[in-house]
Amino acid sequence: MNPTRRQFLTGSAIIAAGGLSTLGLPAFAAAEDVTKALADFVGDSETKTGKLTLKTPEIAENGNTVPISVSVESDMTEESYVESVMVLAEDNPLPNVITFNFTPASGKAEASTRMRLAKTQNVIAVAKMSDGTVYTDTKNIKVTIGGCGG
Amino acid sequence: MMKTKIYNTLLVAGITAVSLSTVSVTAAPVDETLIIDEEIEITTRAAPPEGHPLKEVISGWHYRTPETRELETDTFQNPGYLGVEQGEEIWNTAEGTEGKSCASCHGDASESMANVGATFPKWHAKMNKPVNVELQINYCRTENMGAEPYKFDKSGQKPLTAYIKNQSLGKPVELDLAAGDMQAWFDKGKETYYKRTGQLNLSCASCHEKNNGNYIRADHLSQGNVNGFPTYRLKQNKLISLHNRFRGCIRDTRAEFPAAFSDELMGLEVYVTWRGTGLSVETPAVRQ
Amino acid sequence: MSKPRIKVPKKAAAGDIISIKTLVTHQMESGQRKDKEGNVIPRKILNKFACEFNGNPVFSADIDAAISSNPFLQFSARVAESGTFKFTWTDDDGSVIEAEKTIEVS
Repeated sequence: MNPTRRQFLTGSAIIAAGGLSTLGLPAFAAAEDVTKALADFVGDSETKTGKLTLKTPEIAENGNTVPISVSVESDMTEESYVESVMVLAEDNPLPNVITFNFTPASGKAEASTRMRLAKTQNVIAVAKMSDGTVYTDTKNIKVTIGGCGG
Repeated sequence: MMKTKIYNTLLVAGITAVSLSTVSVTAAPVDETLIIDEEIEITTRAAPPEGHPLKEVISGWHYRTPETRELETDTFQNPGYLGVEQGEEIWNTAEGTEGKSCASCHGDASESMANVGATFPKWHAKMNKPVNVELQINYCRTENMGAEPYKFDKSGQKPLTAYIKNQSLGKPVELDLAAGDMQAWFDKGKETYYKRTGQLNLSCASCHEKNNGNYIRADHLSQGNVNGFPTYRLKQNKLISLHNRFRGCIRDTRAEFPAAFSDELMGLEVYVTWRGTGLSVETPAVRQ
Repeated sequence: MSKPRIKVPKKAAAGDIISIKTLVTHQMESGQRKDKEGNVIPRKILNKFACEFNGNPVFSADIDAAISSNPFLQFSARVAESGTFKFTWTDDDGSVIEAEKTIEVS
């Protein structure tokens, strides 16, 4: 996408940087990579929304360091806890970002990290509970491009 | 993309027929207070010194997104402190033929270096020029330690500079322009600041004085104050020295850029540091 | 390489859920970049993180190349007794970074 002059003049700081990659390669993850990563993680379980919250900035000032955090509602007891939360970036060269693995000793199913985003895209989190249920949450993050240095 | 770049160049250079005042590209610096580790209050807005062209001196912190700003509020999360810690090790490590470390002469940096970050560049009578922390370290290394001077941005230069300047965290920047020939270097730096250069024909002032608060492409232009250097830049994921940033900025105007610590850039450092008078030292700041 | 930075409270009450932060120096070379000659720079990342308390697993992470340089992780732990947290980061080259922190639980 080429931003039009109008978009610039209306002051939008957000540019979907088509073709610009902070990771240095134009090749982005194919949709089937994302589908496969999801299938490997959850099998054929039905995914639901709710319980899992993925927190991200709306706008990432630099795609090299984007703070993200996940939290899942759970008592985290031996009987019922969150096993793991996988994070995927749809349009990165490789979709896998990180998988957090919890135990009842985690106390809370919460974790934060910082990730790289090649361009504006959806980030998907998937939580797998000890009883086999699966929750997802998706956030769109706009990645801006820099000044005259790009 | 090319077309886009040109439009922005025109916008920023202020030579387009579209007046900046008629379009809403301005986003005011955010109105918030920077407190580090819930105890050190940082002065990020200050009344300008006499002769300053702007109404208010504002730290670059205000121009960043909430996530970037938050990183600087916590010395644990701020990755720049990895460099500060490395600098502390260097401070205490003997090097050179004299078997001395920085600590051998200067002892506890939190006392001996307490004001350094807020008062450099400073006039150096023996060298007959202003020196910044990097040059003072090299002077110590060659004259007192019998060690090789650090090459620009190499080995311990950035972490040690960050460690020393960090001792002044929260102190207001104030240069002594009355010492030696500081005023002449200040004047030279001022000239550099306003001189248009490069294929884009930009001066420092084109962006950081006339257009701070506006966007250059998606980048929110700050006043270009230097109170947070060496600064942790998310783009490079490491500490970036002031002279690296000077050179990067000049390069981006598509101009030949001067050597680090050259007279031209030392003059510029004196002048630009003065422009941030009254702001707290933020080293290591976090920027995009 | 500098030591990992780890933040664990020194004291807690039994049953408390505490917050742990870790930050470690590492380039996290993604394997997606090219050098000046156009050759792909080989991937070299920390691919695994694990935290144990008194020998029992608390939290771990399988890390991919999309995690930023100088990786940061924040997570929680429920502590029932005094003891030692052990932290391990595993590099692609097989080397490990290890650190420990103790906590006093009353």
